[in-house]
Amino acid sequence: MADPMRIRAQAAAGNATVRVLMNHEMETGQRHDAADKVIPAWHITEINATHNGKLVLSAEWGTGVAKNPFLQFNVKGAKLGDKISITWKDNRGDSRTDEATVA
Amino acid sequence: MTTRRETLSQGAVVAGLLCASGLFPQYAAAAFNKTAFSTKSLSETYKALGLAAPVASAGVSVQAPDIAENGAVVPVGATVTLAGVKQILLLIEKNPTVLIAHFHLSDSVDAALNTRVKMAESSNVYAVAVMNDGKVLYAKKEVKVTLGGCGG
Repeated sequence: MADPMRIRAQAAAGNATVRVLMNHEMETGQRHDAADKVIPAWHITEINATHNGKLVLSAEWGTGVAKNPFLQFNVKGAKLGDKISITWKDNRGDSRTDEATVA
Repeated sequence: MTTRRETLSQGAVVAGLLCASGLFPQYAAAAFNKTAFSTKSLSETYKALGLAAPVASAGVSVQAPDIAENGAVVPVGATVTLAGVKQILLLIEKNPTVLIAHFHLSDSVDAALNTRVKMAESSNVYAVAVMNDGKVLYAKKEVKVTLGGCGG
């Protein structure tokens, strides 16, 4: 299981600004190792973000997203104490879910 | 004369094909579209996603640096000031894989996203918005890259 994501959800004017920093290599499949073999692509393919259990944002990502991906978005109508949960799945079948509370 | 049974079964096959091709909108649920993430040009990408060619719109904007010192980590934002955004896509014209990200938005999020992307070389960065009414709009920004970020 990968390292935990860092999620900050800050309440501001009736919304919550959510910033997520995920830990993932996001290998493009373009690089070669010392033996000149291609390092296979390894990247997050799907993201799902929920607010109090309700899906609010989902995404498909390719190899173009930077390593240790950053994502920022605003959830409307989020209040202090609400739960924001982020799940990612990658092309090796791994996945990870982390949660944060709106503060 | 085709029987009703044949017509119905043909209809089911077509519906099945349409579902597989992703034409039926699935509310804010993403399943990784491998074809769309293997395309090498903007038009190929739009075709793989079943989208009409986007129209430039002042309601869509891309936030990105004029010059990216490090192509491996380029902060990019996409904002849409119009109401009714269903999806936002980020594309980088000259990357080996053009489609970078495909966001499916619900009504509960603002159409304003920020992330960090890799850029192979100086290129246009496109933010494309697919609206609830089917319109496809875009904005682009040229970003110069001093050190390419895709490896290879």
